[in-house]
Amino acid sequence: MAKITLQDIRHAYGPDPQREEDWALKKLTLELKDGGAYALLGPSGCGKTTLLNLISGLLAPTEGRILFDGTDITDASPEQRNIAQVFQFPVIYDTMTVYSNLAFPLRNRGIGEKEVDARVREIAHMLELDATLMKRASGLTADGKQKISLGRGLVRSDVNVIMFDEPLTVIDPHLKWVLRSKLKELHHRIRRTMIYVTHDQTEALTFAEQVVVMKDGQIVQIGTPIELFERPQHTFVGHFIGSPGMNVLPCEVKGGKAIFAGNHVPAFNAAAYKGNGKTLELGVRPEFVRFAGEGIPVDIVKVADAGRYRIVETRHQAHSIKLLVAEGAELPSGQARLHFDADHTQIYEDGWMVS
Amino acid sequence: MNKTVNQKAWFFVLPVVLLVAFNAIIPLMTVVNFSVQETFGDNMFFWAGVRWFEQVLQSERFHAALGRQILFTAIVLLIEIPLGLAIALTMPRKGPWVSVCLVLMALPLLIPWNVVGAMWNIFALPDIGLLGRLINGLGIEYNYTRQIFSAWFTMVLMDVWHWTSLVVLLCYAGLVSIPDAYYQAAKVDGARPWAVFRYIQLPKLKYVLTIAILLRFMDSFMIYTEAVVLTGGGPGNATTFLSIDLQKIALGQFDLGPAGAMSIIYFLIILFFSWLFYTLMMKDEAR
Amino acid sequence: MKRVPWLVPTLYILFLLLPIYWLINMSFKTTNEILGSFTLWPRNFTLDNYVKIFTDPTWYNGYINSITYVLINMVLSIVVALPAAYAFSRYRFLGDKHLFFWLLTNRMAPAAVFALPFLQLYSAVGLFDTPIAVALAHTLFNIPLAVWILEGFMSGVPKELDETAYVDGYSFWGFFFKIFVPTIAAGIGVAAFFCFMFSWVELLLAKTLTSVAAKPIAATMTRTASTSGYELGLLAAAGTLTIVPGAIVIYFVRNYIAKGFALGRV
Repeated sequence: MAKITLQDIRHAYGPDPQREEDWALKKLTLELKDGGAYALLGPSGCGKTTLLNLISGLLAPTEGRILFDGTDITDASPEQRNIAQVFQFPVIYDTMTVYSNLAFPLRNRGIGEKEVDARVREIAHMLELDATLMKRASGLTADGKQKISLGRGLVRSDVNVIMFDEPLTVIDPHLKWVLRSKLKELHHRIRRTMIYVTHDQTEALTFAEQVVVMKDGQIVQIGTPIELFERPQHTFVGHFIGSPGMNVLPCEVKGGKAIFAGNHVPAFNAAAYKGNGKTLELGVRPEFVRFAGEGIPVDIVKVADAGRYRIVETRHQAHSIKLLVAEGAELPSGQARLHFDADHTQIYEDGWMVS
Repeated sequence: MNKTVNQKAWFFVLPVVLLVAFNAIIPLMTVVNFSVQETFGDNMFFWAGVRWFEQVLQSERFHAALGRQILFTAIVLLIEIPLGLAIALTMPRKGPWVSVCLVLMALPLLIPWNVVGAMWNIFALPDIGLLGRLINGLGIEYNYTRQIFSAWFTMVLMDVWHWTSLVVLLCYAGLVSIPDAYYQAAKVDGARPWAVFRYIQLPKLKYVLTIAILLRFMDSFMIYTEAVVLTGGGPGNATTFLSIDLQKIALGQFDLGPAGAMSIIYFLIILFFSWLFYTLMMKDEAR
Repeated sequence: MKRVPWLVPTLYILFLLLPIYWLINMSFKTTNEILGSFTLWPRNFTLDNYVKIFTDPTWYNGYINSITYVLINMVLSIVVALPAAYAFSRYRFLGDKHLFFWLLTNRMAPAAVFALPFLQLYSAVGLFDTPIAVALAHTLFNIPLAVWILEGFMSGVPKELDETAYVDGYSFWGFFFKIFVPTIAAGIGVAAFFCFMFSWVELLLAKTLTSVAAKPIAATMTRTASTSGYELGLLAAAGTLTIVPGAIVIYFVRNYIAKGFALGRV
């Protein structure tokens, strides 16, 4: 159990990185609290797996230091760091039984058979693997194998952190949510630090207490799922999280007021803008847009049914604006006007939220 | 993979079947024919029953050749399989030199077998060969045309030189196909190098090792050209293996009956051992 | 071993290269030097042995003959093995498993067993002493091998590829040649490499089935060795030249070599 601190970490795979693109992971500092459930979320190639492997010790950072509870472990091996990791594809030792697979990390550390047996049975019970304990591990289904990988991480009682690298990739869709809720439940039970890497927002938002959103080797925002939803710090977060993503529209700010295509739009942070960015944008999630008696005049282009609500696509000049309308509510015909919720309308300067 | 039942697939395999049948069945029938008949020349044949089979199975000459053959095959398998595996394990997985290494290692496999024999013949000559000079220079008396032990030593060394690369290449192919995640998981689980070998590498190499052992068994059991060129079966009959003996009987003495019977026994032995190896090694798989 | 990762492979490669070096070394020496003294490199460097091989038709024809039957065998084996391997990898049909096993048993047949019957068979059909006879004889072990390798590579191609192509309106042969064959090009390369290899290195059948007109280089060497006594330099030069085609072929498949030797099954 430990607090994990990454100090001024940078990483490049090639030798002698010169240009900015050479860095797979750009300079970052990050602190993960003991016992937290974290998700690293981002599109492929954003550096999230790199970050994970730096923490587990499978990679050594080009620059910077990594601390567990204040102790520098930058040069320590994965074994010395005492961590557990579950990989994208289930890794099991084919020739062993499920039992031996689970016991493997304990036996490697010279733990007595009596304790091994107790731990293995406890974990197997937790993961509902009791029935297959004495079977050959190679005969199990993909989700069974992934449970074994997970079990090998849980079986040691003293691990500092358990890490998951897109662990549900090869699992059947209908089993994904079973394993996901299992993970969530396990975290509540054992309260150990867990880091979950994924490109799937649903997995990240349902699992984690804190989500770290990454893009191009940088962290763009760290926050609770609600914070990511209500206050995206970057237009990328607004886009990437939520379906449909946030409306991002070009705008100007004059005298502390936002103007979008000639229309005055209230935005909560418009007054904070000091006037030096190159591009200014206005972001508002479809959830915070509604039809109103007055506001921005639009044409309705498309209506899509998404179950409990409808996604309405509208157009103002060349700009498309989406909004959500509850099922059963009436849509205005022909010309309509839109109102943005001022508290949830933000101004972005070069992609970043003005503050 | 699920295969669909389709009897028309026979048309696809027909050319192969015809060609191989022409090459395999007609000659095999000829051999069977020889083995049950007696001839006094002039294409006159008489029914001989299983007499030739009895004669071959009881002959000391056959027993001796078979014994030498088994000994030789056992020795080269015991050396080449562990050695090849060890070399493959120490090969780096990445880097520009890996291809160069693989190409150089494959080189002996593409040299005509009689050239291999001739090359070693020259290389091991006690007076003008590098190897012969070297060993004699160490104060050990070495002459493969005269001493039985030297002849065997040279023969085994030649086979190791010729074929270990096959085992290396097979094992190497098996090793690079193991995903990195396995090694990473082993690191995280705190596995020692021995455990990595025993529980990750060896199980994943099972298939390629089976192929390696089968191929090496079959080919070493059939060794002919290299051995003939190197020692001609001598000194005396010390390195006369089954194929060499068979050729001596068939083309040398033209004893077609015994040669035919011996061919069939020989072929059956190889089939039996191949089947045995394969079943033993794949037994776990079926469970 | 960890600290010097290249140590073991390097030592092994040195061991492999020593006899080859000795052969090349000898090919540049005069007969006098070979028999008269023990020298680690040629003192009187000579190209005479090579000149003789490239000017004397009995020598260079041997190379032409060998390459001819090897190429015929390679093409023939691949052409008939392709559809057969496809059938084995995609369909189930009556006797498929037994047929596959029977094909493989031919890989286990000692050439010595077949030498004499082959001589009679190919004499009877009038192909004795032609490259075609040798090429056909070598299909005995090369076709099973090619089928085996290609089947391995083909099984690695998902069946959905076939189905998608049919949905897109390809006929079977259109699909086979325009899509499937390019997809398994690496496998074909590897199979061709193995056909080349085993046909090139085999001597017993090649020698038995030829006498003068189609005599392979390897047989020329053995006969020269026995008739002209101790012309070791010439023999060494001829031997060196037989290594060259193999080396060239390996170079072409160098990136597939490891996978190829596992017969496409890893």
